[in-house]
Amino acid sequence: MAELRGPGTAPRALDARALAALAANPGCRRRALLDGAGVDKAALASKLGSPAPFGQSQFAIMRGNSFEAKVKADGGRELLRLLGIEEPGAVSLPDLAAAGPQGRTARTALALREATGAGAWALLDHPLLALEVAGSPVYLEPDAVVVSPDGRWTVVEIKSFPMIDGAADASKVGAAARQSAVYVLALERMAAVTEGATVAHSVLLVCPKDFSNVPTASVVDVRKQRSVTRRQLARLTRIEEIADALPEGTTFDVAGCSAAELTEAVESVPHAYAPECLAACELAFHCRARAREAGAVETLGRAVRGELGGLTTVGAVLAAARGEAGDPDDPAVAALRRARALRQEALDRASALSEEASACH
Amino acid sequence: MSLISALARMEAVESGRAQPLATVRHRHVSARPLVLVPLTTAGEAGAPLGALVGTDADEPRLLVVTQPRDRDLRFSFLADLAEEVLPYVDSFTDVVEAAERSEVDPETGKKVKVEVELCADAPQLIVPSRAGIEYVRLLGRSTRFRRTAEQDPETPFPAPPRVPLLGRWLTHYGDRARVPGSSLLLAATDLLNRHWATGQSSLEDQHLGALLAWLDPRDGESGPEGALRAEVGRDERGQLLCPPAGPATDPAFDNRLLAPAIERYDRARLALGAAEDGEAADAGLGELHRAEREVRRLVASQLKPTWDAVWRALGLLRELPEGARVEDRWTRDRWSFTGHRDRVVAGEPPQPRQDDVIAAASKLANRERAQGQLEAQEALDDPLVLAGRRLAGEAFAAEVAEVTMAWTESKRPAPRPLLTVRTEDRPHLAEKAKVFRSLDGKPQAAEFVRYEEDGSLVLRLLDRMGRSKEPAAGSVPEKGERIAWTLFEHEQRVGPKLPEPEETPWTHGGPPRTDAVELPDAVTPEDVL
Amino acid sequence: MTIPEPRFDPSAEAGRATDGILADTLHGTSRGVVVDSPPGAGKSTLVVRAALELAAAGRPLMVVAQTNAQVDDLVLRLAEKEPGLEVGRLHSSDSDAYDKALDDLANVRKSAKPGELTGLPVVLSTSAKWAHVKNVEPWAHAIVDEAYQMRSDALLAVAGLFERALFVGDPGQLDPFSVVGAEQWAGLSYDPSASAVSTLLAHNPELPQHRLPVSWRLPASAAPLVSDAFYPYTPFRSGTGPGDRKLSFTVASDGSGPDRVLDEAAESGWGLLELPARTTPRTDPEAVGAVALVVRRLLDRGGAAVSERSETPVPLTPDRIAVGTAHRDQAAAVRAALAGLGVTGVTVDTANRLQGREYDVTVVLHPLSGRPDATAFHLETGRLCVLASRHRHACVVVCRAGVTELLDEHPSTEPVQLGAAVSFPDGWEAMMSTWDTWSQHRVPWSP
Repeated sequence: MAELRGPGTAPRALDARALAALAANPGCRRRALLDGAGVDKAALASKLGSPAPFGQSQFAIMRGNSFEAKVKADGGRELLRLLGIEEPGAVSLPDLAAAGPQGRTARTALALREATGAGAWALLDHPLLALEVAGSPVYLEPDAVVVSPDGRWTVVEIKSFPMIDGAADASKVGAAARQSAVYVLALERMAAVTEGATVAHSVLLVCPKDFSNVPTASVVDVRKQRSVTRRQLARLTRIEEIADALPEGTTFDVAGCSAAELTEAVESVPHAYAPECLAACELAFHCRARAREAGAVETLGRAVRGELGGLTTVGAVLAAARGEAGDPDDPAVAALRRARALRQEALDRASALSEEASACH
Repeated sequence: MSLISALARMEAVESGRAQPLATVRHRHVSARPLVLVPLTTAGEAGAPLGALVGTDADEPRLLVVTQPRDRDLRFSFLADLAEEVLPYVDSFTDVVEAAERSEVDPETGKKVKVEVELCADAPQLIVPSRAGIEYVRLLGRSTRFRRTAEQDPETPFPAPPRVPLLGRWLTHYGDRARVPGSSLLLAATDLLNRHWATGQSSLEDQHLGALLAWLDPRDGESGPEGALRAEVGRDERGQLLCPPAGPATDPAFDNRLLAPAIERYDRARLALGAAEDGEAADAGLGELHRAEREVRRLVASQLKPTWDAVWRALGLLRELPEGARVEDRWTRDRWSFTGHRDRVVAGEPPQPRQDDVIAAASKLANRERAQGQLEAQEALDDPLVLAGRRLAGEAFAAEVAEVTMAWTESKRPAPRPLLTVRTEDRPHLAEKAKVFRSLDGKPQAAEFVRYEEDGSLVLRLLDRMGRSKEPAAGSVPEKGERIAWTLFEHEQRVGPKLPEPEETPWTHGGPPRTDAVELPDAVTPEDVL
Repeated sequence: MTIPEPRFDPSAEAGRATDGILADTLHGTSRGVVVDSPPGAGKSTLVVRAALELAAAGRPLMVVAQTNAQVDDLVLRLAEKEPGLEVGRLHSSDSDAYDKALDDLANVRKSAKPGELTGLPVVLSTSAKWAHVKNVEPWAHAIVDEAYQMRSDALLAVAGLFERALFVGDPGQLDPFSVVGAEQWAGLSYDPSASAVSTLLAHNPELPQHRLPVSWRLPASAAPLVSDAFYPYTPFRSGTGPGDRKLSFTVASDGSGPDRVLDEAAESGWGLLELPARTTPRTDPEAVGAVALVVRRLLDRGGAAVSERSETPVPLTPDRIAVGTAHRDQAAAVRAALAGLGVTGVTVDTANRLQGREYDVTVVLHPLSGRPDATAFHLETGRLCVLASRHRHACVVVCRAGVTELLDEHPSTEPVQLGAAVSFPDGWEAMMSTWDTWSQHRVPWSP
């Protein structure tokens, strides 16, 4: 995997965006390989000439940071209040600082073990968790993990979108739930080797209340997201197979390769572009251009394919609809021909009507 | 996606130009709509950054919050917005026509007709995109519970006088926008996407600039080229050539241009506050004005392209002839507007944060009826929409091959003529299925009797033939006539009356508490600088 | 799971459950009683029995069902069980508002006006018709049938008509839906688009909840899969044991795919006829043809069923066979294909219309067969549950290969509404677990 990434390049963490891309298109081999190898897809996309349009406003970052500080204020008591704990007693706030990701995960594991044995409330601020994905560790950093006196670990996810009258943007909550589910999976591996520890299958989502900066929280059941993500991550192990199918010496070393070399390397792995990728994957504009060149019907949306049967390109569909190609006994072809005839009849009728109307004037 | 619209998209791919999805306009477009293009501050709900608003394409009013976290500036933005929106709304409230509405007489319990006022026209609000509609709701929610000094002299941060009223109207419009076929509050992207298919996906169609590239291209530019330029094209300073249609701004704009300009403004304010003599104050004031002008210029630069795009979209739509039944739906919108006008005049409190049991159920029922109505009316108004229903087996066009007179077997026989019709379509007809055609704008029903050996259909005409034994003139189709029949009804049945809120049954939690009043939102220290 | 519990007596278990339900209904203090009934667990029998006992106790009773067919079916069952009982059938003013078979029943009074039915011990109608009944004295008791398929707003419109009610339904079948967006109310306890039972229990969590623990329809081969896949938290068992039902053929297999899958299904209760992987339109002619051929062979081979109902083999006639599909056009295509093979009298319908029905053998066109992608519609657990739980003896699933890959590639970007209850099982999971089982009964297609 390190060869694919290029020498001396640190692997990218499986961050929220990578998880979103995985959820949006689990079947894309190109995305699976690049994420699995920890390639910096944003840098790759820039070099390919289709830079990713993602960015974050500094206003949002500032607001987010000040909100998170507020949530974690008062020695963790504010957060515990959001969990419904008014009188927590002493709240332990272990220091998780350490050198390097291995050091930080080890420190987190130790803190979790100690907190679980202590029988009191503890708040772990930005712990670092490791999850083995495709044979190599992936580092994950939840906003916080709360350990309760009975040894229960609860993931806390702090977001800056508002909860207005108890409701929030459902797609954003969905993304937060999928992100948290990965943390739950990573915690579960640790809990399995920690005596007395259990992991809550609901996470605490903390957001600003209404139009204020006051935190409010909602408990989100992530059992579904957890089982789906577990399966998807298990599938990621197959990236070895994808990698094996690559031509000898293929690399995505952004620093060390020319644009042409990178383009060739990227094209050697098949993509499964769909418009949903645009909001989730850095390479989406690149893949879209390729899919459009190939005339793939998916460029118009996944749902378009439903009634097209074996026809996969715009050219083939139009030829079939016009009677220039295709087997008339294929129901997809027959339906396309009827659709075209009906559409044409309606358009002809409308233009005849409008000519009539203009003749009257 | 229906096969017909998929086909239209593919034709658009091939030609590089948008293709029609409708032959008439299915939404009302006012002669004098109010266009609102809002921008908001990233990361903070309800912190507007600015807006262009107005009824004249050439004279938008620019509203800018120079420091979005300053409560006073935010309030003055809302007050200015109210001063643009409310006079426009008010200009429709007094022009009324007489209308009738059936009400239940409280004494007799019978339905009686009452004379009421109906506003002759209604305000129409157009925003660039769906996110804009959501933002109208958000603005409505954030302002309708605000208290003015007049309402509550104790309130620590009183809102300007007309702001809560603005919130109530925006809330009403935001809610009405959820009713299928309503035209009170529309997004330009939705309007365009209803009538044309582009060669891209419906997700990409949410980008107003890209959409217009397919519909109304620049000279010589193809749809996909123009769309790509609109999506990702940037100038030498890294700024988007086609700024987003809002309310979110482009992060590159925030970080490179807006943030330094706001910082300069903040510094100028501090300097002015710290000025120790008249000369310094004059200089400070000058710098403050310059800084403010710069923020305004920047915000305007992001808003103006979208403003122009919305008007271009409206121009394109106006070129389509209006569908025959669009006016019927607009009349419902006028009723909705009049109803809210009456509630405001009657001094009713602002809309609650959450619908109660009865309100939620009746809104859902209304929207489902409106959906059925919209689908039927669009198909009846537009052969291209009907084509989709024909392909789906929900309608068929047929030529009358034979008419056989027949009557009911009662003492006073009523006409029930049998029609033999031929069609190439393949309707999903079950035994005794009802079908309908439009006769003078009203539905006439028939039932499916059987298939003939040659594949033609036999229908029995059921109604609208008058009271005598011989059918009224023109009520029975003639041989050779080509008629469109639908398997769906043309009009929606009125649903059951739901209980009054105070009669909410035990299954749904019983009557709501009456002592609960909607309090204004809590005030946060972060709101002020 | 697989440990055999000795002396599990399904009749006794089911009897105990029924006794508890009737005790709570007739003598309990709660205003409502909720009964979950898995497929074929005797829901209609329970409804009829509860109705008769309430009537016998002198409690004026209204019965709310969801479709006219369901109402007519209950009326017929009541009349069969207790011909002397006076029953009112409230119907709409449309023509053909009720089944003409009701005209032959002496003690069934039919009217479109509730006033003409007052005083009768039992009045039955659809929830849609009941919703228009106003200004009447409330009934002492109601039975709400198919309550999980009833929407919350439909219950709201009728709940004022009764004092107390027994709610009966199958939580595993298709959920009610709305043709317009109702997201703004998701998470509210009274979301009008949610099921009547979810609103009822959200507001009245203390109501007694029962469930019928035994499926009399599903054979021992099917109950464990259907229970695990669709009722993970409310398991049920089959009322019959592994050897109690037998399906046999008088004509031996000709070695073709359809014959071999029939033998597999006769032997094990499940059969999967797998066609080569290919993306097809919904009305995939090969899959449709395969379904029709399986049915044709089922009849040609002289199928006969032995069950607890009859020790001598009962010939498998067309009326005991059903074909289930996801879409209407698929059903139409199968009907045409069957007609082409000269088969008549076999029920062919979509999952929606097969709800509540029972057959000896079913042939199912898998919702994901030949699809380029899985959608929320195709992954809806209720749809698959209905299709997989209509049979007493055997179920043959016809599908193109590639379902596992399709499910693997399914994006998981569902939005999450705060406060809305998470529904289990997940459609994806249910698809996977049923597919795993069916794969063990796979027969590749060969003509």
